[in-house]
Amino acid sequence: MSDTPLLDVRGLTTHYVSARGTRVTRAVEDVSFTLRDGETLGIVGESGSGKTTLALSLLRLLPPGARIIAGAIRFEGEDLLAKRESEMRHIRGKRIAMILQDPMASLNPLFTIGDQVGEPLRVHEGASRRGAWERARELLGAVRISAPNARVRNYPHELSGGMRQRIVGAIAISCGPRLLIADEPTTSLDVTIQAQYLSLLRELQRAQGLALIFITHNLGIVARMCDKVAVMYGGRIVESGPVRRIFGAPAHPYTRALIESIPKLGDSNGRLTAIEGQPPDPAALPEGCAFHPRCPVRLEKCATERPRDSVVGDEHRTACWLHG
Amino acid sequence: MTPLLEARGVVKHFPVRGGLFGGPRKVVRAVEDVSFVIEPGATLGLVGESGCGKTTTAKLVLLLERPTAGEIRFDGESLATLDAEGLRRYRHSVQAVFQDPYASLNPRMRVDSIIAEPLVTNERLAAVELGERLRKVLDLVGLPARAAKLFPHEFSGGQRQRIAIARALTLSPRLIVLDEPVSALDVSIRAQILNLLRDLQRELGLAYLFIAHDLAAVAHMSHVIAVMYLGRVVETGAARIVATQPRHPYTKALFAAALPSHPDDSRDDVVLAGDVPSPLDPPSGCRFHTRCPQVMPRCSTDEPKLATVDGREVACHLYDSAEIARAAAPRG
Amino acid sequence: MNGSRAAALTVAWRLASFRSRLEGLPAFPIVILGTLALLAIFADFIAPHDPQVGLLGERFRPPAWQAGGSTAHLLGTDHVGRDVLSRLIFGARISMTVGFTAVIFAGVVGTTLGILAGYLGGWVDQVIMRVTDAWLALPALTFAIFLAAIVGPSASNIVIIMALVYWTRYARVVRGEVLSLKERDYVRLAIVAGCSKRTIMKRHILPNVVNSSIVLATLMLGVVIVTEAALSFLGVGVPPPQPAWGLMLADGKKGLMAGYWWLTVLPGLCIMLMVLSANLLGDWLRVKLDPQLRQL
Repeated sequence: MSDTPLLDVRGLTTHYVSARGTRVTRAVEDVSFTLRDGETLGIVGESGSGKTTLALSLLRLLPPGARIIAGAIRFEGEDLLAKRESEMRHIRGKRIAMILQDPMASLNPLFTIGDQVGEPLRVHEGASRRGAWERARELLGAVRISAPNARVRNYPHELSGGMRQRIVGAIAISCGPRLLIADEPTTSLDVTIQAQYLSLLRELQRAQGLALIFITHNLGIVARMCDKVAVMYGGRIVESGPVRRIFGAPAHPYTRALIESIPKLGDSNGRLTAIEGQPPDPAALPEGCAFHPRCPVRLEKCATERPRDSVVGDEHRTACWLHG
Repeated sequence: MTPLLEARGVVKHFPVRGGLFGGPRKVVRAVEDVSFVIEPGATLGLVGESGCGKTTTAKLVLLLERPTAGEIRFDGESLATLDAEGLRRYRHSVQAVFQDPYASLNPRMRVDSIIAEPLVTNERLAAVELGERLRKVLDLVGLPARAAKLFPHEFSGGQRQRIAIARALTLSPRLIVLDEPVSALDVSIRAQILNLLRDLQRELGLAYLFIAHDLAAVAHMSHVIAVMYLGRVVETGAARIVATQPRHPYTKALFAAALPSHPDDSRDDVVLAGDVPSPLDPPSGCRFHTRCPQVMPRCSTDEPKLATVDGREVACHLYDSAEIARAAAPRG
Repeated sequence: MNGSRAAALTVAWRLASFRSRLEGLPAFPIVILGTLALLAIFADFIAPHDPQVGLLGERFRPPAWQAGGSTAHLLGTDHVGRDVLSRLIFGARISMTVGFTAVIFAGVVGTTLGILAGYLGGWVDQVIMRVTDAWLALPALTFAIFLAAIVGPSASNIVIIMALVYWTRYARVVRGEVLSLKERDYVRLAIVAGCSKRTIMKRHILPNVVNSSIVLATLMLGVVIVTEAALSFLGVGVPPPQPAWGLMLADGKKGLMAGYWWLTVLPGLCIMLMVLSANLLGDWLRVKLDPQLRQL
């Protein structure tokens, strides 16, 4: 308890307001979590659950129209929301790095790999072009790209999807960040390439003592990669806690249904547990608990009152009336 | 009993034009000597990564492409020699559902005309009867009748996929090609659609060709699995056998790479090095030898043939000796 | 009694649904185009003078509000003493007819050929696109002059010439779109459903390219009217005594240096207003034709 957490998010609320100011989308609502050095947190949710907005809020990279309404983000003890934009630029890429879903869109097709991997070093550490290229070669080696000396001279289109995503990883770790936010980094990759990439990320994390936030819709990735997990639904965290506890004894009906709805290797017969209905429109969330229209065990008050966050175990919290 | 659909030695090459002045014409070897059988009312699952030829196989079955060599038979009849009437009957019996429900519905048509299109094209029905059939399929896929008058963009991804399935059902087909039917959907919706597909299969006696890269989903849905790599089937057999005891090193790697469903779900960590080679220039011998963790000298020169090993068929030199031993045994 | 009330209700309902369909119709282009159309139709009753006959004694009269102008010729007179207002009103008839019919003609031909080339591919595509390339390689104006010289100048010939010159623009754009549309899953599914090529082109391709054609048409309207002006200027367009806007613009050019601005500015303004209105209307139509955009 002596050390302050690396990242401490309290009551973060981000809304999108439409151009005419008539429609308010509560993309992220009252989200709190902490992350210590070297830890991995998985943030799981479906489309529209607010997980990507949450990631963008952490880096203050929100699109126009989106606003952080309330809350605090403390990173290494400093309040990120109080920082000026110029100070944020020093944090992004240097102390907090990000990996996005589509590696092709993350790389500029007109520059060589060496220039792109070296760029953060030149921006943040004032390295020379030669020095940056030198480091770029080392970084390519670190992300397991064979023949880095030749690869630095390549352009993105000359590489395969898996290699490109590893390049993006190399850019992310180039300045030795403390925190890496990965938003669906393997969705566009093939299964075996995904496995390669995940084990690479884990190695990098161990070698550099990185903290990792993994944003994904895939519970399998969480099971493989994460220490802690936060499940988002309708802009809120409905359950959070250590991965083993959540997979072993999920407290929230949504989490339980999600886990049960994945087909498991080996048992081929029998129906899957499906969640009825559709994920809610974030611009028109249901009253009370956002999950209540789809919940198999809903109570009467779920439709009217929002459940409070309650502790159900060691670091294991959920927002559900069954436990409140 | 004749199988519903049978592919025998199917090959599909796509010529690629060379440089500006012709140049040597290259060939993408998308599908190379692929054979499989789909029994009535059963599901064949095709698994593999991008470039393995599974989508080309689907197109061949749907007659969107014609095979370069080999033969596909439906109900014992070769598709290559179908006359106009035979083709009409085939179109009647085989339908498809594709991956992206946003791309597979014409944005300018209302749901009722989207669903009714196969019917209107193939049968002359009175308006009343048409409405009846429409309501029936909407009901089958769990959509309300009022959905008929809306446009596709008014639905979520999962509901759109239901519309696509409803459309595939209108002609009461016998085989539906499902090309990655759930991979574009939200996690909580996937189970709904997979359950729906299974229910429909049971109720209507449909056969499926289920194509996906998600192993667990394929294993869950299929009776028989065929694993493809760079245009070839490397392992095929009953889903239960292949999914629990894979034999081909590629299948093993695929299964190891499939994400666990629980953190304690321990699995051998077979992480394949390198990328999938280009089908423009596939490796010699066994196409998997460049990435295989158990590669042997002969793998780069001799192409392995599918042979029966432990109740399924595998194309791998690792099992040559077993094969030879078994072949030799009765004689000796 | 009851019956007539029901009928009245039906009419009212029809009107209401018609109104809702026209919802958001932009006022500006409708007013402009509507006015121009009315002028064109009722030109004989509205125009104060004969557009083709002038009095030489009344030459170069400025508009009424300028010194030397008179209320007899509100917008002045031209180099042979013809009333500019009357010529503009009759000009609306010719220019609108020529402009719209030429654009529609070219659009129909170009869109059809573009769809055929894009969807059918193979030799059909080769033939149509080679012709299009050859067509586009010719300078449009020279080509138009060449054609006009063959068929002779007349308003109806101008329409045919314009269609012949400009269909290629549509064909190129449409073919490109068709190539991407035909790879869409819903087109594949239509094949699987057993639809004929004709049905697919009609139901799945055409409605999805018609947007681009309309937008292109509104842009082409300006080009066509200006080409018409150029042809008239060269003497192979609408034959001279007739009052086409382009012709007026061309005729007036000579007087510009001498300070007779109304001879060029006024027809120019008319052309601009018409083209602008057509563009705005096209924009609205584009949104209206797309079921997804329609809701926003």
